[in-house]
Amino acid sequence: MKPYLRDRIPETLAELPDATAYEAGYLVTKNAGWRSSRPVIHQETCRGCLKCYLYCPEGVIFQDGGKVKIDYDFCKGCGICRKICRFGAIEMEEEK
Amino acid sequence: MARKFLSGNEAFAEGIRLAGPQVISAYPITPQTIVVERLSEMVEEGSLSAEFIHVESEHSALSCAIGASAVGARAFTATSSQGLLYMAECLTYASGGRFPIVMMNANRSTALPWNIYGDQRDSISLLDSGWIQCYVENAQEALDLALMSYYIAEKKEVSTPFMVNLDGFVLTHTYEVTDVPEKEQADAFLPGYETENKLDPDHPRNLGFSVGPEHNMAFKYKEHLGILHAKEAVREAEERFAQIFGRQYTGLVEAYRTEDASFVLITLGSIAGLVRETVDRLRERGEKVGLLRIRYLRPFPNKEIAEVLGNVRAAAVLEKDISFGNEGTVFSNVNSALHKAGIPVPVSGYIGGLGGRNISSEEIEGIFEDLKSEKRKTMFLGLGGEGEWV
Amino acid sequence: MGINVKTLCKDEFFYGHKACAGCGGSLAVRIALKVLGERSFAVLPAGCMSAVGFNFPQLCFGNNAVISTFAGTASMLTGIEAGLRAQGIRDFQAVGFAGDGGTADIGLQALSGAIDRNDDILYICYDNEAYMNTGIQKSSLTPFGARTTTTPAGKNIRGNLRPKKNMFEIVAAHGIPYAATASIGDLNDFMEKVEKASRIKGTKYIHVIAPCPTGWGIAPDETVEVAKEALDCGLWYLAEYEEGSGMTLNYRPGTFASVEHYLKRQGRFRHLTGDDIDIINHSRDVKWKLIEKNLGE
Repeated sequence: MKPYLRDRIPETLAELPDATAYEAGYLVTKNAGWRSSRPVIHQETCRGCLKCYLYCPEGVIFQDGGKVKIDYDFCKGCGICRKICRFGAIEMEEEK
Repeated sequence: MARKFLSGNEAFAEGIRLAGPQVISAYPITPQTIVVERLSEMVEEGSLSAEFIHVESEHSALSCAIGASAVGARAFTATSSQGLLYMAECLTYASGGRFPIVMMNANRSTALPWNIYGDQRDSISLLDSGWIQCYVENAQEALDLALMSYYIAEKKEVSTPFMVNLDGFVLTHTYEVTDVPEKEQADAFLPGYETENKLDPDHPRNLGFSVGPEHNMAFKYKEHLGILHAKEAVREAEERFAQIFGRQYTGLVEAYRTEDASFVLITLGSIAGLVRETVDRLRERGEKVGLLRIRYLRPFPNKEIAEVLGNVRAAAVLEKDISFGNEGTVFSNVNSALHKAGIPVPVSGYIGGLGGRNISSEEIEGIFEDLKSEKRKTMFLGLGGEGEWV
Repeated sequence: MGINVKTLCKDEFFYGHKACAGCGGSLAVRIALKVLGERSFAVLPAGCMSAVGFNFPQLCFGNNAVISTFAGTASMLTGIEAGLRAQGIRDFQAVGFAGDGGTADIGLQALSGAIDRNDDILYICYDNEAYMNTGIQKSSLTPFGARTTTTPAGKNIRGNLRPKKNMFEIVAAHGIPYAATASIGDLNDFMEKVEKASRIKGTKYIHVIAPCPTGWGIAPDETVEVAKEALDCGLWYLAEYEEGSGMTLNYRPGTFASVEHYLKRQGRFRHLTGDDIDIINHSRDVKWKLIEKNLGE
């Protein structure tokens, strides 16, 4: 479970809530555009220790079928994961 | 039903016991203190099942009540004067968040100079904070409003916090015989609070969020509609109240002997009792005078005031309030109501009772006497400053 | 078995937020919520984490969460806890996340009140050592010497003249059931403390140092290592206070790493002179003597 992107953006008076209360974890925009460089995980070097996942301020690193992956929709490219990796498995690549 | 000899504060506390808030957070301040003392005793003896939170300030009192309301609990707080001003930030928070908290305010002068006695500058200075504001006249009405306030505030289409104002000392500390209903009657009147405007373990929500320029005004518009819906909710609550308790209230205003009146004095709160007696005495002398008591300052009874004053020759507002540099705020509001209705009645504005200064029956008679000139006048009662403040 | 990266809840509760890249505060909030789980009721006052997480309709908390007034973190937590309990709702954690200003300045009174009442809440201060949301102004947790926009470093005054307020000991002096210091430089320690706090009834306080790349003048990828370096050079320390057993130190560097290195890598301290650094070294040594004295060593 995590907050996720929704299709519907409330716009009209009828769609807007009556109070400042709304469904939790309701995302309508990505953060991908913030990045100047992206972390790339070299799977052959990665030991799956998950330290990068732990220290990611965005929570965008996750394990999927034994592989460690990154949700690039929300990664801001801060590079903490690259620095924290003891195995040098993460490299930053310039966004084009 | 039991008949008890109660002060305004005690009567209100009895009403709160009957309404059964789940969380009470309050900080002591004269002349509100007795309410929280009684409620503490009720919690101690078990006649009221509520979490009583001994907060360290009024800001925390209302912030705590907001937290409780934000999880769907019925919440109560009480304050006065400096305490109300100290919690001012939380007032707009509660109304903007649409949390139907009930607060009793013991109307008291605001410093400086320090003074613990009654006037209404505290609550009236916060008239624009988005709360329903009711001003009661006596202990019975105080008790009854403790119950009705929750009914009105919690109506889904209203969802607006409710401030019940009792004049400090004059009402909070004065004893009157009061009917105290049975709990079963109260439960029949007041349903439990149900809302979707809450943090909910089964349906997680984000509350109290930021809204940018694009949609912020829409939220404010909805807030305004909410408090306007209180007008209908007041009518409905009073009808239901009369059916169950046999006491009928009169909506946003109470008109007394105004049907054929030439001169009407408009006021609010406990001073209405003395005005009523004065009206009766003058009526015995054949003078066509009446009283219009404003019960609700928000939502404001524009229509009701215009209806009562449509055929009078002159009217005056007597209020324990002054908007420095202008005039009494109630006076401004009444003039606005009449102007919108196209009623050209001359209305005078009298500031009285500030810091607990006595208002005598003779002074009230004097106002009615002044009205006969059918000229507009504004003044500090008993001090001067006569003239048109323009 | 203790909590660690493998046992930590896989769900994310703070996601898609608009914090600056490399934000230490957002990491602290994210990790704490993963430890506390889906039945957390989070209160965040006006400040960075509420500003970046609650921009309707972009709502970044997957759990129940609400913004409080700036001063009202603890009092709103109290109301939430009492309101849920009054409705018979059990098995939840009311948790607050306030910054250094929201905790040590404007929110201190309400926090003290909550501790005094021993309300069953967890209060986490993410300390980035200045009012970062308004653009880096001094708070009472800004350290000596730091340049902020209200303590500029110029010819006459070299940054902030006052040392950091000791929130941990202020809180502990209330006789709180549990208080701890932590750092985003050591998340295992932080996770354990959050987990431990969640099992204790009454008021809990965790003070977690959370560097702010923007306000500290460091690169976004340096947040974690700078936080770690603060521990190694002894300018921050990991400790716990438990009612009845007093204070425990969790980490003691064998020899302190260079304070100067820690300071000079940050833009906010770059103006400091050798004398200034001597003052900071000296106050660090005095502080550690006091810590040792408190521990009866």
